Amino acid sequence: MKNIDSTSHLSGKSIFIDDMPEIQGTLFAAVVTSPIAHGKLLSIDFSEAETLPGILRTFTYRDIPGENQIGGIVPDEPLFAEKELHFVGQPVALIVGKSDFICQRAKQLVTFDMDILHPVTTATEAFERNQFISPPRTFKMGDPENAWKECAHVFKGTAESGGQEHLYLETQGAYAIPMEKGKLKIYASTQGPTAIQKQTARVLGIPMHQIEVDVNRLGGGFGGKEDQATPWAVMVALAAHHLNKPVKLILSRHDDMYMTGKRHPYTTHFKIGLSKEYKILAYEASYLQNAGAAADLSPAITERTLFHCTNSYFIPNVKATVHSCKTNLPPNTAFRGFGAPQGMFAIECAIHLASKELNVSVEEIQKINLLKEGDEFPYGQKAQNVMLDNSWLFADKQWNIAKLQEDINQYNAQHTLKKKGFSIFPITFGVSFTNTVMNHARALVHIYQDGSVGISTGAVEMGQSVNTKMMQVAAGVFSIDMHKINIESTNTTRVANTSPSAASSTADLNGKAVQMACNALLSRLKKVAAKLVSGNEEALDIKNEEVFFNKKPTGITWKELVKTAFLQRISLSESSHYATPEIHFDKSAEKGHPFAYHVYGLVLTTALTDCLRGTYEIEDVKIVHDFGKSMNQEIDLGQVEGALMQGIGWMTMEEIAYDKNGILLSNALSTYKVPDLYSAPKSVEIIPLENETDNLAILKSKAVGEPPFNYGIGAYFAIQQAIKAYNPDYSMNFNAPMTPEKVLMGLYEQT
Amino acid sequence: MEKHMTKMFNFTGVMIQFILNNQLVETNLPGGSILLDFIRGDQHLKGTKIGCREGDCGACTVLSGSLSDNDHVHYKTITSCLTPIINVHGKHIVTVEGIGIEAELNQVQKSMLEHNATQCGFCTPGFVIAFSGYALNKETSITGIRESISGNICRCTGYKSIEKAAVNIFEQLKHSPKGRSLDWLIKQRFIPKYFQKIPERLKKIVPLSPLKAGVLVGGGTDLYVQKAEELQGMEAIPLNQIKGLTDVFQNGTKLTIGAGLTASDMLNNELVMTALPRLKEFFQLVSSQVIRNMGTLGGNLVNASPIGDLSVLFLALNADITLLNLDTESSRKLPLKEFFKDYKKIALQKDELIQSLAIETAKTMAVNFEKVSKRTYLDIASINCAISIQLKGDEIKEIHLAAGGVAPIPKYLKNTCEFLTDKKLNAENLRKAHCVMKEEIAPISDIRGSAAYKRLLLRQLFYAHFIRLFPNRVKSSELLNV
Repeated sequence: MKNIDSTSHLSGKSIFIDDMPEIQGTLFAAVVTSPIAHGKLLSIDFSEAETLPGILRTFTYRDIPGENQIGGIVPDEPLFAEKELHFVGQPVALIVGKSDFICQRAKQLVTFDMDILHPVTTATEAFERNQFISPPRTFKMGDPENAWKECAHVFKGTAESGGQEHLYLETQGAYAIPMEKGKLKIYASTQGPTAIQKQTARVLGIPMHQIEVDVNRLGGGFGGKEDQATPWAVMVALAAHHLNKPVKLILSRHDDMYMTGKRHPYTTHFKIGLSKEYKILAYEASYLQNAGAAADLSPAITERTLFHCTNSYFIPNVKATVHSCKTNLPPNTAFRGFGAPQGMFAIECAIHLASKELNVSVEEIQKINLLKEGDEFPYGQKAQNVMLDNSWLFADKQWNIAKLQEDINQYNAQHTLKKKGFSIFPITFGVSFTNTVMNHARALVHIYQDGSVGISTGAVEMGQSVNTKMMQVAAGVFSIDMHKINIESTNTTRVANTSPSAASSTADLNGKAVQMACNALLSRLKKVAAKLVSGNEEALDIKNEEVFFNKKPTGITWKELVKTAFLQRISLSESSHYATPEIHFDKSAEKGHPFAYHVYGLVLTTALTDCLRGTYEIEDVKIVHDFGKSMNQEIDLGQVEGALMQGIGWMTMEEIAYDKNGILLSNALSTYKVPDLYSAPKSVEIIPLENETDNLAILKSKAVGEPPFNYGIGAYFAIQQAIKAYNPDYSMNFNAPMTPEKVLMGLYEQT
Repeated sequence: MEKHMTKMFNFTGVMIQFILNNQLVETNLPGGSILLDFIRGDQHLKGTKIGCREGDCGACTVLSGSLSDNDHVHYKTITSCLTPIINVHGKHIVTVEGIGIEAELNQVQKSMLEHNATQCGFCTPGFVIAFSGYALNKETSITGIRESISGNICRCTGYKSIEKAAVNIFEQLKHSPKGRSLDWLIKQRFIPKYFQKIPERLKKIVPLSPLKAGVLVGGGTDLYVQKAEELQGMEAIPLNQIKGLTDVFQNGTKLTIGAGLTASDMLNNELVMTALPRLKEFFQLVSSQVIRNMGTLGGNLVNASPIGDLSVLFLALNADITLLNLDTESSRKLPLKEFFKDYKKIALQKDELIQSLAIETAKTMAVNFEKVSKRTYLDIASINCAISIQLKGDEIKEIHLAAGGVAPIPKYLKNTCEFLTDKKLNAENLRKAHCVMKEEIAPISDIRGSAAYKRLLLRQLFYAHFIRLFPNRVKSSELLNV
């Protein structure tokens, strides 16, 4: 089944925030931001800006009736800076006027008087200066202190991975409309409508019921609109509240890029110990996370790094510590994978280092250390339904791994200026919000008296096709045609207190709630039908919009049944609440069972490097992926392909650059390159590993948003192997992304 | 690529007319106003999206159809975010709202639907238009259909599903009758019926009378990236109002190329392609197709970017340029290498513009162009380097080398060329030439790479020319492994 929005997308009729018809009198806005990364704000002069014709008013922290605070986890993020400036792009004020154009011009007329302080841009410097977002956290298993003695080989190294711009094609934006009695309606491009409702209430000092947040769809989110969609919505709400006029703010690409946070860069110092037989006995990792100037979601992201510190390997003795370092960059934030990719990259670097030093193949080390059924993760959960060994076996059977490697060796022997590299990379990804309390969702299902159905959930559609999946769930339970069902916008007045659409869990949580609500309605309808056929409701079924009794058609249609129920004054609406069972986590012990299940998989990557020019292409990617029992193969394959490409982008060409003053240099699409058509692997083959083991996945169809992002990591190591094939002196530093610059320097590096 | 501007006085009163989808529209907005804003703001057609406003994402792609001499309309894709509205006077502009078959999807849209080539949907209209533009053109290669979307970024799909749709569209068009008539495309449901009447409707639009004042703007592909805000309220003069800017002619051994030609125009010109048969291959590395449809030769030169692809290529072709004074209508010639003075400083005087560029075609020069950037396509070079070379026996008779990203200007590598002239073409001399080259460049560390990388990369690309052009004379091992 296709994404239900396909036709409107393809004909340009899908409505994003900036496409909504504007209400007459709508005003526009521009955000005035800090020009420096660190300093004291002595004064700010709006006089010239405010006299520009068409400018109505500027808003600063002084105009905030409630609290000047939007920090979601830690209250460390003012909506508008007051006396201190902490990053370039930090909002200081909002200019409101009659057009975007005027506001942008006015913004350039604002002048600042500031004392400039030293900006810290790297996690390492922040660590040395003891600047942290939150206290360090450590996951520990076995006896890591003493395990090193048992190891025949111990290696130490450093792995660096860079940031990543979300580059959702639709930039951040929100549109606030004043309603009667001081209420506000906010349309926003957000993954977290409740976060906007809550923070707006906090800033305006009014109750949450005064604020309605509505989300139709997003032009991409990828985590970048989980927490960071909030400030813009709160700002327009503040302006609409004061001016009693609709106010719209759509960030320009440039503003979006320099004002918003990105994937966290990590510097990881690791130590790995192996036995004579290459069993990994001990692993120690110290992660320095560059969190930027405020907490945002960083504390939660640190956590997911620790949960994935050993990726798909069983290591009996582990100590992993993460330091969330406070720097003068925009607060870094959620991005597909949420800290896990950084942790998974680091352990893989450790294995590659060991392989190089020991002169044994990476695959040999990987294979004997793969996680097995019942193995314990460093956080206490036992691995269940593990699909790693069988992924490997399956891949081998399908593609003959030894033969693939042999072909590459042969190619390399025959070519001097072109070399191929190959890597295998297994993934294990935990599904659930690691913060247990967030794992719940609600659905509101109305059956209208004509038999059509309207469904509201907390799920936000951002291209992942969650609405399609919600429709499939409902159509499946009711056995009615999809055209009878409408998935409504995500709206805080219909479904309240929602968790953001994140953590790959949206379809699971909201889908289960939809399923529960539909089942409740169905059983009510069956009672009505039972009376109509004077039979037992257990013997009743609805199939293709018709009532079946004892498996025989009754001639009673869905429409008639609904009408009958309505006339009998039976409620045709249902709201259901789902909370993931079984999961728990004790933060004081750092042990528990935080994930509903894990998603497994394996990727084989072949890279081809031009050793003259230092360029490369990803030739071939082969994936065995654990979909569970996919409820929509087409959509799930699309998720894997898209995530893979994003992962490859992160590992290859996507390079965030700040100068030493904390000014973003990669601040446009001309300087920050995301994959284009030609960057896509020449061939991508994805084989589903079908299984029906995980009941906590919606219809046993496992979460597919984030896990496959990690397949991109394979590209890094494949390119590295190609460099090694050309230059035996290559020192194999672990520093992602692997840009053409690093490739060329590696190809011609001398010891 | 930019076409530059002599700033004059503002003036109003020009009525711009064009056909937008199936409707004749007119506006008296200043000619420098942006087409995208007119489409979305004034016309309320919201299918064309704002992604980056710098021609780097393709979300705002529309078709621009121009009436040619034989009463056919030639369609090409343009990014509406960089297009001054004056440039579309008398044209047929097609947005996603005007490409469907009445209430139904066209074949391009159906293919994309069938292959799940849309996820969040924001980039989708741009792809639909780009593919439809391919269908409207005569070209029928699979590389061509890929190139048609080379300027479109999708962040969701990873492109594989879009590629599958591309292959499917290609298969459908492969067997079209030669020339792929409008009738055929309409019958096959690639385009709606109203396209049939567009040529005669366009003929009725009166060309603009000569404009006296305004910013002179070509494709706008650099101008509107640099200063869109400034230009929006200004009048603009399109290049076709200036004589001779789009002429191409061969005069004896000189080929003259009008500075107003876009990169795509050059690829479609027989004279240019005869002189530079590998130009298509070189231009693949220059921006994207949609930008090549807009950006002009002269624009790329006057922009004077130290990394300008066309500047580097034509420096290595030892081109001369003709500068025209719009006020006195006099012109002067100078070698392109004397045009670039310092960072973004050029030998262009008040009221002057580049009228044309000329290259020598008598000699049989071997030509090569190399470019490496972070992303291979649609990216600005870390280093680009071009060569033209002629041998006599095993000696270098004449050589011209130029490189970008190694100096404040696109650099003609004079000393290296002088060193190599009359030398034997062998690895030893090339290595020595590299030592000379090292002394005449001064790359800086920036977003495009560190100085050390740029130095190494230039060496590699310098060698790459010879490995590529003279594989039997120069062994890579003798150049690299020393």
